[in-house]
Amino acid sequence: MVIFALLGVNLISAIILAFQGDRRHAAELNILGSAATFAVSLALAFRVYEEGPFITGDGFFFVDAFNVYLCVLTAFVSMTTAVFSRKYMAHERKHGKVGHKGMRFYHAMFQVFIFAMLLALLTNNIGVLWIAMELATLSTVLLVSLYRTPAAVEAAWKYFILCGVGIAQALFGTVLLYFASEKIFGEGSKGLLWTNLSAVADKLEPTVLSLAFIFFMVGYGTKVGLVPLHNWLPDAHSEGPTPISAVLSGLLLNVALYALVRCKVLVDGATQSHMAGHIMMIFGLLSLLVASFSLLRQRDIKRLFAYSSIEHMGIATFAFGLGGPIATFGGLLHMLVHSLTKSSIFFTAGHASQMHSTQDMSGIGGLIKGNPLAGWGLMLGVIAIAGMPPFGVFTSEFLILTALIKEAPYIMPFFLLGIVVAFAALFRRVMPMVFGPAPSNQKAVKLAHLPVLVHLGLVLAIGLYLPAFLSDWFHMALKILIK
Amino acid sequence: MSTSFAAEINSVLAALILLTSFGLLVQRRIYGLLHIFAWQGLLLSISTAIVGYTAGLHHLYISALLTLTIKVIVLPYILYLLIHRLRIHKEVEDMINIPTTMLIGIILVILSYHLMSPIRELSTLVTRSTLAVALATVMLGLLMMITRKKAVTQIIGFLAMENGLFFAATSATYGMPLVIELGVALDILIAAFIFGIFFFQIRTTFETLDLKAMEKLKEEE
Repeated sequence: MVIFALLGVNLISAIILAFQGDRRHAAELNILGSAATFAVSLALAFRVYEEGPFITGDGFFFVDAFNVYLCVLTAFVSMTTAVFSRKYMAHERKHGKVGHKGMRFYHAMFQVFIFAMLLALLTNNIGVLWIAMELATLSTVLLVSLYRTPAAVEAAWKYFILCGVGIAQALFGTVLLYFASEKIFGEGSKGLLWTNLSAVADKLEPTVLSLAFIFFMVGYGTKVGLVPLHNWLPDAHSEGPTPISAVLSGLLLNVALYALVRCKVLVDGATQSHMAGHIMMIFGLLSLLVASFSLLRQRDIKRLFAYSSIEHMGIATFAFGLGGPIATFGGLLHMLVHSLTKSSIFFTAGHASQMHSTQDMSGIGGLIKGNPLAGWGLMLGVIAIAGMPPFGVFTSEFLILTALIKEAPYIMPFFLLGIVVAFAALFRRVMPMVFGPAPSNQKAVKLAHLPVLVHLGLVLAIGLYLPAFLSDWFHMALKILIK
Repeated sequence: MSTSFAAEINSVLAALILLTSFGLLVQRRIYGLLHIFAWQGLLLSISTAIVGYTAGLHHLYISALLTLTIKVIVLPYILYLLIHRLRIHKEVEDMINIPTTMLIGIILVILSYHLMSPIRELSTLVTRSTLAVALATVMLGLLMMITRKKAVTQIIGFLAMENGLFFAATSATYGMPLVIELGVALDILIAAFIFGIFFFQIRTTFETLDLKAMEKLKEEE
């Protein structure tokens, strides 16, 4: 019941907003819909926390500690993004960047996008997971091209084609998985249910599953934004409206990684080897290194943080590939803190570019004088994302590093190099923007500070003290991920 | 119809589907592409129906009907309307290196057979030998998307890839569960509407559907 309420709220909000999305109170409606989703997701989380994982809807839905924490995160970040988007989109509309139809479309698709991600997280069926991932892409493609500038249309086309091709590979992987499971379960949806598959994972044909994993890796890896499949990501993040960049970076990448990790559990069970883990480590490390060196060459503020997202998804993928309780715990925590930090950075970056009417970093300066809260928001966000203590990203990266030193010390220098280069690149760009001289065209903009403060506060709190319920949750998730 | 006879018909159909994939790869005229794409869908639909008949699985008839409606009628019709509305039906794509593209295509087919050989050993279905053709269709669609520079041809390549995936599902497992197939069909239809909108957006912003015009977003420095 809770699950239907969770998914229903978004769909109903989407339908209402499709007709009312350009009215005066549309943004408030959008916030209300997202807040309702968040409340229901909390109820779901409490149920899992009290009673443990459960299957419902004739095996169609499956909720455990792993996906319920991502559900709460998705609902929470979408709520704060809706709060941020109220003032941000009002500003964009006042400046004629979007019209009536655009606003209706924007609000409706925002809710459809959240619906697709929640469906992907909650479903037990690997096939439906694929369908929901595709739906999540399709609902955001036209949002990326919302402003109709040549660059935005190009970015959206790239996003559509590359993710379409990528996700098609994942469907081939799903076909192969079904081929292997059909021998055990016979015809029908039973053979695609994750809970069934993971129960008999050791009986699945290892050669087929290894081949399937390659296709899953390429398919869902494209959506995670792993190098060399990352080309769509910086474009889509820089050209779309900032609230969409925030949810793409903070949520969609996580959901794609979630799909990949679910598949990895099955493949690990079948092959009884580290094949899948090694592939993920290679992709993760490559993403970390390529993205951190690419950070040095960026001029556009949103592109800069898009590359930073690739870097951090690389770290998380690497952690899950490394395996073991400490690294996996670090990976789970990293997904959480990266999502919170990165969306708050996108909020302030959006404000900064509105204040200076440009996304070019050389045109942005003196944020700390122009608007102290925005300046400190960006500065603290970058300190957090670069992995400085006492923020939560430090904790997760430290955990991953500890496991790495124990498991594979010879990779450690490369991992550290990536983190250090990213740190240097980010600070080189951000210091002038925050403390440098303010350009003459800087103007005051109505800003939404609350989401930024809440996100950074949470990341700080997690870094200082990991609450018991959170670590219990992660331990419950660990039991699922490590057999 | 005996099983071995059905298997042979199916192999012939698989060969024809592979032929249409190569046809798509080298056809330069837009209407020509559209025709080949519709033929590929028709072959796919017949093949699915035959598999459904020999295996006695009635849900495959629904899949065959779904393919027939979407891949042979709806999508080609939408594309036809778009091409007509955008007045690009006379456009001919200038392609260089057709022999090289064909050669890469052949290598991809061999690679597909090699990749799928362990799976062929494991399968007991009559359709097992066509799995490699299905993967080859996916790969050739991918190759088409890489080599072509027009929005419409890239989309046809994308849809040909989807055909390959569908063919893989029928030949490896006698089709995915119906829920999944319906969901995938829905996704393809939504995608069709989106690329329809896209063609107009690209046309109005770039005044052409040639993707060579789209090279603004590059790494800066």
